[in-house]
Amino acid sequence: MSPARRARAVSRNGIALIIGLVTLFPIFWMVSTAFKPSPEIYSLTPSLLPSHPTLHNFDTVIGGQASGIGPVWMFFRNSLSVTLATVVIASVLSLLASVAVARFRFRLRGSFLIMLLIVQMIPGQALIIALFVDFNKLGLLQNLGGLVIVYAAQALPVSIWMLRNFVATVPRELEEAAAIDGASAPRIFWRVLFPLVMPGLVATSIFSFITAYNEFIVALTFLGQDHSLYTLPIYVTYFFGRGGAQWGPIMAASTLYTVPVLIFFMIVRRRLVGGLVAGAVKG
Amino acid sequence: VADTAQRRPGLRPAPGAGRPLPALPPRARAAAFVRRHKLAPYLLLAPALAGIALVLLWPLAQVVLFSFQNYGLPQLTGAQPTQWVGLANFTATFTDPEFWLSLRNTVAFAVVVVPLTLLLGTAIGLLLNRLGRKMAAFVSGAALLAWATPPTAGAVLFYWLFNPDGGLVDWGLAKLPHWLVGSTNWAQYNWTTTGALQAYTVLTILVLWTSFPFIAVSVLAGLKTVPGELYEAARIDGAGSWGTFRRITYPLLKPIFLVLLLLSVIWDFNVFNQIYLISGFPGNQNEYNLSLYSYDKAFGFPPSYGLGGALALIFTFILLVITVGYVRASVRQGVIA
Repeated sequence: MSPARRARAVSRNGIALIIGLVTLFPIFWMVSTAFKPSPEIYSLTPSLLPSHPTLHNFDTVIGGQASGIGPVWMFFRNSLSVTLATVVIASVLSLLASVAVARFRFRLRGSFLIMLLIVQMIPGQALIIALFVDFNKLGLLQNLGGLVIVYAAQALPVSIWMLRNFVATVPRELEEAAAIDGASAPRIFWRVLFPLVMPGLVATSIFSFITAYNEFIVALTFLGQDHSLYTLPIYVTYFFGRGGAQWGPIMAASTLYTVPVLIFFMIVRRRLVGGLVAGAVKG
Repeated sequence: VADTAQRRPGLRPAPGAGRPLPALPPRARAAAFVRRHKLAPYLLLAPALAGIALVLLWPLAQVVLFSFQNYGLPQLTGAQPTQWVGLANFTATFTDPEFWLSLRNTVAFAVVVVPLTLLLGTAIGLLLNRLGRKMAAFVSGAALLAWATPPTAGAVLFYWLFNPDGGLVDWGLAKLPHWLVGSTNWAQYNWTTTGALQAYTVLTILVLWTSFPFIAVSVLAGLKTVPGELYEAARIDGAGSWGTFRRITYPLLKPIFLVLLLLSVIWDFNVFNQIYLISGFPGNQNEYNLSLYSYDKAFGFPPSYGLGGALALIFTFILLVITVGYVRASVRQGVIA
């Protein structure tokens, strides 16, 4: 390697290292603050790492004293149940629909696909008003089931759009061979198609997971003052809006909200990048 | 186009196909009916379509109706009847200086952030493509974590970083020499209440941090599809790295850039969560963007779903114009096969 090329490689790696560290820094700072005792948090010379790490902030968040509306686990349970229900419902519905668009030619197929593209662009802020009025009439406002209905429907356009590519790549011959062997349609679906589109389902599930776990405006509007039903983002927002500069506990709560997702994403990383690029839509 | 269901026995229920009709059990008869009328795709589509229609399309239609009505709290509770008010909601909106302020904030923000995100994302995508495996894994891993951080946590976190009491940014700026950062007293500088410019600076850095990873990864995926021989040839012809980008990379990735551009515009117009937290809603109205302004009109005091509806409609119209561009770009790319 010539000296000039070596110098360029070194500077390239140096820049990359800086970019990586700067990108990671805010997350690091959140976790670091969460472990700092109060005097260190407001110290005039902030230190990178807590010099006397403490679990006190986590204690007050887990005990519920800091937010005043309950222990963090309650909001975890709300968020998780809403998210899981959304993932299951959106996966089933979008799988069925994507089989329809990938495997059949029918009238309105093209219009349906274009409708999906347009519908996913409707801003949530435009729908929330009518959804609020409707769900109020249905008595589904202070109700986690109401959130699931909205989230699942909102995840559908992108999920169908992503899944149809996966269904389309499964060779028809496999299904035809199974049919010749006398397998029924449901059996072919479960035994042949389903295992083969599994990677696609994982990718779309990740997408609906993010949609539901991060969703803000619908939960904020629907749940109102019913603290016991708050999902994690609404809990963090309430906590934050309460004031009193409880940055230690707030960062502890944010850490508990964020870190599980980050670990999850590191695990599913490979599949995620492939699936997102295949779908290349909405984040 | 030939009906593929005809060629594919796979999704047709096979049992009982050859038997005489009266002998069929009810299930098989239903299956035969589905087959005869080619209903299978419609049945598969029905649940998803119902969900989309009821939760996305019908509310949109309702919002259109609301925008021409005086729909507010008394109408919601049924205390007063709903009245048609013509274009009153729209005239009220267009004569409200707050509306123009929020529109200005929204557009200015998008005009600044969209190019910044695309430039930063593309630059990092190009860099990732030239890094060794370990370094590339480190940078893309860091980017993935930034992207995966829930927006609410990200906003609260950046609020804390830019906080006047104990925030790291003010501390750092106060340490820097005056010739570099100006003579402002940075210690305890309040980023979120001083003015819209300051609040949007925080928002810009936050949104850059969250959205460059998607651009970088998409650009990287595009770069992987460019045949290496093209770069080889360019190098032999003595092209520099800028020339290579302009003559080879950019033209080949143009469709990807177009889609990323439109998506970024849509995302940056839609920012709600972060500005809700940074502006400390409800407060600092001069910091509202269009979506926060419309939310305030609809759900603030007194709630006016009609006014909010009119605004939502204007907002949707702007996005629709952008979306048409997105769909056309997608069609040109051939994603609607």
